Amino acid sequence: MEPISGLAALLSSSVKIALVFSGVMLVVAYTTLAERRVSAFIQDRIGPNRVGPFGLLQPIADGIKNLLKEETSPAAASRTFFILGPILAMVPAMVTFAVIPFAAPLPTPWGVVDMIVADVPIGILYILAFSSLGVYGVVLGGWASNNKYAFLGALRASAQMVSYEVALGLSLIAVFMLAGSVTLTEMVWQQQQLDLWFAFPLSLAFLLFVISAFAETNRLPFDMPEAESELVTGYHTEYSAMKFSMFFIAEYSHMLTASALMATLFLGGWDIPFATWDDAFWYEGVLIRGFGPDGVPLAASPAWWKTLFTLGVFALKTGFFLVFFIWVRWTLPRFRYDQVMQLGWKVMLPTSLAYIMVMAASMLILDQVGVAYGFAYGLALTGVSLVCTLLFIFYLDDDRIMKGAGARQAASDPVPTEGGD
Amino acid sequence: MAITVKTMHRPEPGRTSYLRAAVKGMSLTLRHMLNPSTVTQQYPEEQTELSPRWRGTHRMEVHADGRPKCVACGLCPTVCPANCIRLVGGEDDQGNRYPIVFEIDEFRCIFCGMCQEVCPVEAIHVGRHFENAEYTRERFVYDLDRLMEQDHPVTLLWDPSDPAGE
Repeated sequence: MEPISGLAALLSSSVKIALVFSGVMLVVAYTTLAERRVSAFIQDRIGPNRVGPFGLLQPIADGIKNLLKEETSPAAASRTFFILGPILAMVPAMVTFAVIPFAAPLPTPWGVVDMIVADVPIGILYILAFSSLGVYGVVLGGWASNNKYAFLGALRASAQMVSYEVALGLSLIAVFMLAGSVTLTEMVWQQQQLDLWFAFPLSLAFLLFVISAFAETNRLPFDMPEAESELVTGYHTEYSAMKFSMFFIAEYSHMLTASALMATLFLGGWDIPFATWDDAFWYEGVLIRGFGPDGVPLAASPAWWKTLFTLGVFALKTGFFLVFFIWVRWTLPRFRYDQVMQLGWKVMLPTSLAYIMVMAASMLILDQVGVAYGFAYGLALTGVSLVCTLLFIFYLDDDRIMKGAGARQAASDPVPTEGGD
Repeated sequence: MAITVKTMHRPEPGRTSYLRAAVKGMSLTLRHMLNPSTVTQQYPEEQTELSPRWRGTHRMEVHADGRPKCVACGLCPTVCPANCIRLVGGEDDQGNRYPIVFEIDEFRCIFCGMCQEVCPVEAIHVGRHFENAEYTRERFVYDLDRLMEQDHPVTLLWDPSDPAGE
């Protein structure tokens, strides 16, 4: 089978862009509903259930409401940047989804269509570049509002996002080393070849990435830029109607992109676990599903139902992370600002650097010993990573990094106490 | 309505483990997420069962021929502590007394139910009903026709099997 080319490729790309964009918007809309419903269940409430069956039309009602509401603009605001803020927040959040592969290639009469909007070779670098642009929207919006709370929120947002971008990028280095590439289709392929999702051989990188992703998306427990109880609502205090809605869409599409990215990098993307029939990758212009025992490429046979199945699996994995985001938000309290900075610079950064060294050494040793890239290779790395992860958790848990008020009180009052709760 | 008070056993100072606390909290919220034990009452669809002695909106009993049972004796406006009943009595050819004007201001009423207790002919009642929303304040002064139209159950200060209270 040949990859699609020429005019058909242009047409298929346009169709993919339209479908992915509307898909992202739809998922974002329904994530807001899921957030409200799940938070309600967690708090023993019911949540929005009036518009349509089970409240399923609520996002549409919200959209109409936000379009019809009055747009207020503060008198002292800088008008250009006040309007530019939400646009700059939303666009980078939407375009990052372009490089995430979401299903196995689809065969059509004109050739095989990759289920990715743009399979650029610099995949993750593109995502890192654009997701860091998101902070411009927040900072511009907060500054242009001419409101001290909005400005404080924007400052916090920029400091936090810059700090955690470092840990985010460094935790990915281990993934780059194991996959040998920064292209996301290649990552999915490497996980299929390893017969092991990167979440296992690179468990500490996974953990660090998840924590950084929470900070990058400004979600609780890192929602410093909003911090309702401290800063009104932070950078979007002065925003109303559709402009507020755009900040909201930006936050949720950031969340969606982060979820899809975690699923792709660490949970095998659209790969179906314990199955090899879905594997597909362009190898020297041919779509293959793997290599035979003698190194001969085995041709893959793409089918529409395989595409559909893999899309479903990808949606499940992404949905798991979306629910996880919501679940964490409604459980954990907000960090204090200095704790956020301390965790970012004094814990995440050194840990990810040390982890890169450990993983690089382990891979070098495995290569020197002559272990082939495969399941055994992955298992050996899993063992090393497990030790690293346990050490990291032990270090965090021992009350050495984030001392609460209770800890300081105990130090000045050395009465022996029995075990905690 | 199972809302109970739970005593929290806080850990000893200096023995706080943030990770363990986070995992505990996550498991608690997960349990509620998967098994939502809601105490919310879906009001318009689900109605609270009112107590038999609930004292709500008034209601005037009528005879079989549609006349009000009220004999305009003047006891209810006299006993009313909120002074919310306005009664103007009249007399017909046979010498039967009847109310010409009978108005209850539901805003002034404190729903003590004394009008029902004092009524010698069991005409005026407080009822087991509370949904009285209106668009204007004037609509809250119930006149005689309005009181006679009410068809909700009445409060059980009055025993139907013993109407005269003997």
